[in-house]
Order: sequence, then structure tokens, then C-alpha cells
Amino acid sequence: MTDTNTSMAPAGEPKRFGSLLEQSDRTKRRNAKEKRFRLYGVAAIAVGLIFLTALVVTIILNGIPAFTQTHMTLQIELPADKLDKKGERNLADIKKVSTFGYNPLIDAALVRAVTEAGVETDITKGKDLRDMLSSGAGAQLRNAVLENPDLIGTTHAFTLLTSSRVDGYMKGRVTRVSLARDKNLTPEHLNIVDGLVDTGAIRRSFSWNFITGTDASESRPEQAGMGVAMLGSFFMMLVVLVLSLPIGVAASIYLEEFAPQNTFTDFIEVNISNLAAVPSIVFGILGLAVFIQFAHLPQSAPIVGGLTLTLMTLPTIVISTRASLKSVPPSIRDAALGVGASKMQSVLHHVLPLAMPGILTGTIIGLAQALGETAPLLLIGMVGYIATNYPDGIASGFLDPNSAMPAQIYEWAKRADPAFYERAWGGIIILLVFLVTMNAIAVMLRRRFERRW
Amino acid sequence: MPASWILLSVLALTLIGYFLARQRAVASAGGDRRLLHSLPNYYGLNAALAAAVPALALLCAWMIIQPLAINSYISNDLPAEVRAVPGELSLAMADISRVADGLSEAVARGAITTEELDKLDAEASDVRSLLAGVGVALGSDVDAQSLDLARSYRAATNTGNILRNVVVLLVALAGMAIAVMITNKDFRARNFVERAILFLLVAAASVAILTTIGIVFSLIFNTVDFFSRYPADDFFFGTRWEPSFSGRGGASDLGFLPLIWGTLFISLIALIVAVPLGLMSAIYLSEYASKPVRAVAKPLLEVLAGIPTIVYGLFALLTVGPLLLDIFGRDGALGVNWMSGGTAAMTAGLVMGMMLIPFVSSLSDDIINAVPQAMRDGSYGLGATQSETLKQVILPAALPGIVGAILLAASRAIGETMIVVLGAGAAASLSMNPFDAMTTVTAKIVSQLTGDGEFNSPETLVAFALGMTLFVITLALNIFALWIVRRYREQYE
Repeated sequence: MTDTNTSMAPAGEPKRFGSLLEQSDRTKRRNAKEKRFRLYGVAAIAVGLIFLTALVVTIILNGIPAFTQTHMTLQIELPADKLDKKGERNLADIKKVSTFGYNPLIDAALVRAVTEAGVETDITKGKDLRDMLSSGAGAQLRNAVLENPDLIGTTHAFTLLTSSRVDGYMKGRVTRVSLARDKNLTPEHLNIVDGLVDTGAIRRSFSWNFITGTDASESRPEQAGMGVAMLGSFFMMLVVLVLSLPIGVAASIYLEEFAPQNTFTDFIEVNISNLAAVPSIVFGILGLAVFIQFAHLPQSAPIVGGLTLTLMTLPTIVISTRASLKSVPPSIRDAALGVGASKMQSVLHHVLPLAMPGILTGTIIGLAQALGETAPLLLIGMVGYIATNYPDGIASGFLDPNSAMPAQIYEWAKRADPAFYERAWGGIIILLVFLVTMNAIAVMLRRRFERRW
Repeated sequence: MPASWILLSVLALTLIGYFLARQRAVASAGGDRRLLHSLPNYYGLNAALAAAVPALALLCAWMIIQPLAINSYISNDLPAEVRAVPGELSLAMADISRVADGLSEAVARGAITTEELDKLDAEASDVRSLLAGVGVALGSDVDAQSLDLARSYRAATNTGNILRNVVVLLVALAGMAIAVMITNKDFRARNFVERAILFLLVAAASVAILTTIGIVFSLIFNTVDFFSRYPADDFFFGTRWEPSFSGRGGASDLGFLPLIWGTLFISLIALIVAVPLGLMSAIYLSEYASKPVRAVAKPLLEVLAGIPTIVYGLFALLTVGPLLLDIFGRDGALGVNWMSGGTAAMTAGLVMGMMLIPFVSSLSDDIINAVPQAMRDGSYGLGATQSETLKQVILPAALPGIVGAILLAASRAIGETMIVVLGAGAAASLSMNPFDAMTTVTAKIVSQLTGDGEFNSPETLVAFALGMTLFVITLALNIFALWIVRRYREQYE
């Protein structure tokens, strides 16, 4: 004590440098700085989490309505003299009546329903009332009759899709104000809709069509569904799984267990780590040039998408497989070699089974990544109005033009009608359900089978 | 016989070979397995591999080479003026192979017999409607010459297919036979099988190399083709991007500068969002957060990285864009009128920044954790607070690694597609205003290659040149970043 005092303050009272009991200004400043810094950290994480919450809330709020759909129940008279003039209930004869032949029947039923509901309106013509229904309503009715010709000559209750504007009104997306300049529906129609809602003719309910249905043309958003695109994604994932798992595992085994330290090995390693970072769109260009331009595989086919995504997923799978092979302790290999197994036997019989949970986890995560990938699919043509028919059979599932879930979402996001935006958000919910499930399975596998050595 | 049948036959031979060889080995040892050199299964596997691998490899090679060979053989018969122009040639060949496929389909469905086909005259009969009847729609009528060529194309393909089937089956049979013949109790089957498996492993590992080669070649060929139609100077230094699909040839301006400007601008905005947030989260999570906080916050942040980019794209287009427009647009909350549409560089940049937060934070987390504890202890021992230690000791030590992480994030941002396709707009402009619509290299690759463009106009081929530049830029960034990170890691290991 005295030493410092004499050197720092040579004369008079010993100078004191603060006390242990009392914070000096400088310490206060430093502590305040410390607190601030910590706060920045908390703030950064909070901002990140707010982003996440905003994203999730937006998706759910915008996407949930897509799963419900507004239908109108109408008592439609099916006169035999219009639909089956010969009266023989011959399917070929009934088929002669086109969709347009059914529209007057719907119009008549609409007029009756509106009169029954007691709505006062200027719109009296059935043809104008039909604007409330989907333009596919006639086809819907015709299909129902073709399926069950006995209905002809009776009056039957049909539940028909309403147009996307009416659907939007029921969901709060469309208002009278927004319809003021709309050429598909007038605010006057909405008064009728209100009346029909009161009588129970118009109802909004859960719709499987969105999950299982086909894509529909630009003018009929109310009919569009994800089903076919889901199948496209399924066939693509099948290709990715069947190709990338064996190739990825084989490559990793070679690199991790057998590869000698030489230039060839180094070259492979550099290639893999670079491929992992190549933008996905470049893989799309590769797929386009090699599989379509060069090998003449069919455009827009899930098999081409699958091959392209395989090449993209391989580095992910190789990296995770190598990590899990590496985590198997050398004692396992030594023990196997010690009792006379060959190197190959020690790897295939002992190391690989022990690494399997880790490999599967990595594969599932790689597949989930591939499932959400969009950009390469756009280049090989899996976009546009193509997911319109269910594939008939397995070969057709691989080879016929189809879309995939993310590409279908992109397609809907591009269309002009805001009703498709709701579909796009809904599609995202479906896509995320798949991704969350896959990731949950991966986490479960890891928890359940992870071994600590 | 289609390719699937030949595949099944080869598989059947494989199975037969397996059981035959296994049985033969056991029999040669007189039923006593101890006398065998290898386990009985190895004898079987040896025969199975001998039957399957060469045959399947040949089948694959044949299926790739045959169309090419036939194409070049047929195209020799095309008129010289068609052959001179690469685009015309590929179009003509596509037509011919389409007609040939249609004819095969017609024969298969019984719409026409083989004899009738040989006598078919393009002048006299309507080939187009014949093919339309079996579901093959043609763009134009078939003239006599292309009908002839299609016929010889079909004949060559049929001959080739028959030859292929015979040769592949023979190879499979020969492989199996040889393997079964040489099987006896002293045959070192395990060594053979293991060598074959090792060979397959090497082949699998080489797929990575093949992919890279595929990428490079598919980019280079088409890029060279592009530069033969469009001057390189105009591409690299052009300041206008105005492709026109109607007027082919010189009518389009395909300048690269506005695209790279948009790309860099949007990436910069993304990094300005992602780097501070990601870095601070990483610092907090690795140095301050208690275990439970870390266990919850880290996976939650990483969820952001697992969300597909199409979701971010939609979020930018439908949520962030309109929101920004409400704030910065005309009649907006600030009344500044900087923004005229929802899709803008700012929209895409902000959303991309969100996506990159976990990317930056998990990389920086690793790097901060790799700084040795001794350096922290030394700093604390001198009386530094935690934040002083971080700012003056750990961050400087981790700086090269963090720079590497930022470069990796930048390469991600430059290569990102869906967010900019949906969120950034379509107009290529050299604007300084972040609220203007801009477009990027990736977005233009998508717009030039989607649709039915043939690979013979500069408007389509430019996408490959753009892809090439994108590939080179991201590759250079990655290699540089990985080099920095690796160098830095070695320093402390």
C-alpha cells in the first residue's frame, strides 16, 4: 500500500483510488457498457424471433382460409326431355348434352332459390345469378349426372362450388367496395348471397378438394388444389431417395474409410464441399442442359426433377454420413479386424450399422431440403398450368409432366387473381406440415438411437 | 422388348448366378464349409456382381450413346444449309425424332402395319393426321424427306435396340457363366467381391466430380454458343437489359451491368440486416445465454434456415412489400413517396436478410467457440468485463473466421433465387434508390429459361452466360471463404 502511495502521490495525503464499497464513475461506465452490450444481444435474438413469429403468424392467418370453401346447395330439376331425349338412359346419349346444356337448369334453380329466400333484387336473370357460382359448376353437375343417370327426371339437391368472389366475401377478402370495379360480380350479388346464407343455401365448410384436387385454370381459383403437385413431389422424392442414399453412403464410406491420401481424394473432397455451396439455380441449369437438352428426357417430368435434386442433395448426405461414420469409435473397427474380419467386413458389418441412425437423420434432412427447393424445378419446366391430371400409373407418375408443391405455390403466387394468393399460403401450410413431420422424425431418430461412446 | 424387360432379365440372371455359384462352391468342398476359402455367400455374390455390373454399365452407356450416334448418322442426310446452322439442325432433328416416335406409336397401336409404313408416301397420305390419331401432335405437315429420314431413324433405333438387348444379355450371361465356372473351393471369392465393391464405392465418390464436370460443360458450351451470337463486350459492359423475344438477333440489349448491380445491391441490404443481428445473436448465445435459453433460442432461430425460400418469396411479395409500401410509398405513413411498387430491392433484401440470420449466427457461433478458453481467462484475469473481453480479445481473434462466414453468407445471397424472383421486381435498372424495383442475375436466368424458348436465340442462351458468371462468382467467394476459415481453424488447433 505504502509503496504505491509514495510512487503515485509523493506529497501530502495518500490519494485513494475509489473504494471496494463504492463504484467509481469509470466502473459504472464500464458496467453500463457491459449491460448495453448484453442488451444488444438480447435485442438481436428478439428481432430474429419476432421475424419468425411474424412469418408463422402470416402463414397461418393467410393460409387457413384456403382449407375451407364456400358451396351453394341448390334444388336442381333434371328434366328428362332436356338431358336424355330418347329416354333410354343410354350413357352415350346423355353424354351428348354438353356443359352448356346444364347451365339453364342451374339458372332456373338459382331463380327459384332467390325467390324462396325472399331477397329483393334487380338481378332477375338466371344467367346473371350464375355469376355467383364457379364457372365449373355446369361441368360439376354434368359429371354428377353421368355418374348416376338415374337422377334424370328427378329434382335433386346439389352442392355446387361458388365463385371465388363469393368465397372471398365469405372469408372477408372481398367487400362491396372492392367489387365496385369488378367485372365478375356486382355488390348487388352480395345482397343475394347474404339472403342465401340466411336460408342456409350458402355455406362455408372444410374442403378436401384443396388438399387432393388438381390445379385449375386462371379463371377458376375456387377449384384449384394441391393433390397432383403433391404426387409430383412424392415421385421426385422417391427418385432422390433411391439414388442419393446409396450413392451418398457409398461415396462417404469410400472417402471416410478407404480413400488413400492422394490428389484424387483431395479433388473429390474439394468438389463435394464446393457443390454444397453452388446456388441451387445452377443445378437447374445443369438439369436442363444435361437431362433435357442432351439426354432428351421428357420436359417437366418428375424423374428429371428427381435427378436434378439428387445431384443437389448428394453433398448434404455425404457430409452428414461422413460425420456419423467418423463418430463410430476406432475400437469397433479394431475389434472387428482383431477377430479376423477383412477391412470391408469391418466397415459393412460393424461400422455402417452403428452409423445408420445418423445417416438416416442426415438423409431425411437432405430430403426435406430437396422437397422445399423451387428454383431448379422452374428451369426444367415443372411450372405453369401442368398439374391438371392425376398420373395414371407409376410410369406416368415419373414421366408425365407434373408440378411439385413449391413450384405449384410459385405458380399460384404469379397469377393475377388474389384468390390464388390464399391458395399459395394454404399450399405453404401443406408444404410446411411435410417439412415439420420429416424434421420431427429426424430429431426422434437422433434422440432414440443416438449412442454416446 | 423395352428397357425394363432387359433390366428384369439381367436381374434374373443375377439371382440365378448367385444360387448356382453358391451351390457349386459348397459342392466342390463336398458339403464341408470349412474347406472353402471364403464364406459361401461370397461365391454367390461374386457371380451376381459378374452378371449384373458389366451388363448394367453397358446398358447405361448404350442408352446414352445410341441416340447420339443415330442423330449424327441421320443428320448427315439433311441438306447442307440446314446442317450449317446449329439451331436449325437441332430443330430439324427434334422434328424427325418426333415423327419417328409417332410412327412407332402408330405401329404399336395398330393404326398402321409395318408394311404399310414402308410404302407410306408423304405426298399421297396425310402423315400428320395419322400421328395426331395416336396422340402425337406435330407443328407442321411432314414432307417427303423428313418422312424418309424419320423412317430410317426409326429403323436405326429399332436395330440399335435389338442389338442392345442381345449384347447386354450376352454380357450378363457370359459374366455369370465365367464366374460360375471358375468357382471352386480354393477360389478367393471374398477378395474379388471386396475389390468389386471398392470399385463401386470409388464410382459413387466420382459422381461428385462428374456433377462438377457436368455443370462446367453445360455452362461452357452454351455460353460459347451465346458469345458467338452476341458480342461479349456488349454483354459485360452493356448498361441496358431489354431482351425482345419477337425480334430475334440484334434487337435485344443484353447488358450484364444492371443485373449484377441489382444482385450486389440486394445482397448488400441482406447482409446489412443479417450480419449485425446474426453476429450479436451468436455472441449472446455462446457467451451470455444460460443453458435453457440457449437450448430454446438456438433451435428456434435455426428454424428460419430450414424454411424453404419459396415461403420467404411469398412473404416478401404479399406481406413485406405492401407493408413497406404503406410506410415509404405515396400516401404512406412517412409521406415520402420513395417507393412506387411493393416489389423492390429493399423488400427482397430485408427478407433475404431474415433468411440469412441463422446462417451467419451458427457459423459465427462455431468460430467464437473455437477461440481457446485460455484467451478469455487471460482477459478476465486482467480485470476486463465480459463485453470488453469479447470486443477486444475474442472478436479480433475470431475476425478472419467471421469474415469467412460473412463471405459465405454473401455467396448465399448472390445465388438466392426465389426471394428475388418474387420480391424484387422485374425491371433491370441501375438505380441508387433501394426502394426501386431491381432485378438480379438469378431472377433473369429464371425468366429467360422458363417458357418454350429453343436453345438457339441469344435471348435464351444468355441465361447460360449469366449462370456461368454466377457460378464463377459464388465459387470464388466460397473457395476464398473456406480458405480463410480453414486457415483460421488451424491456427488454434
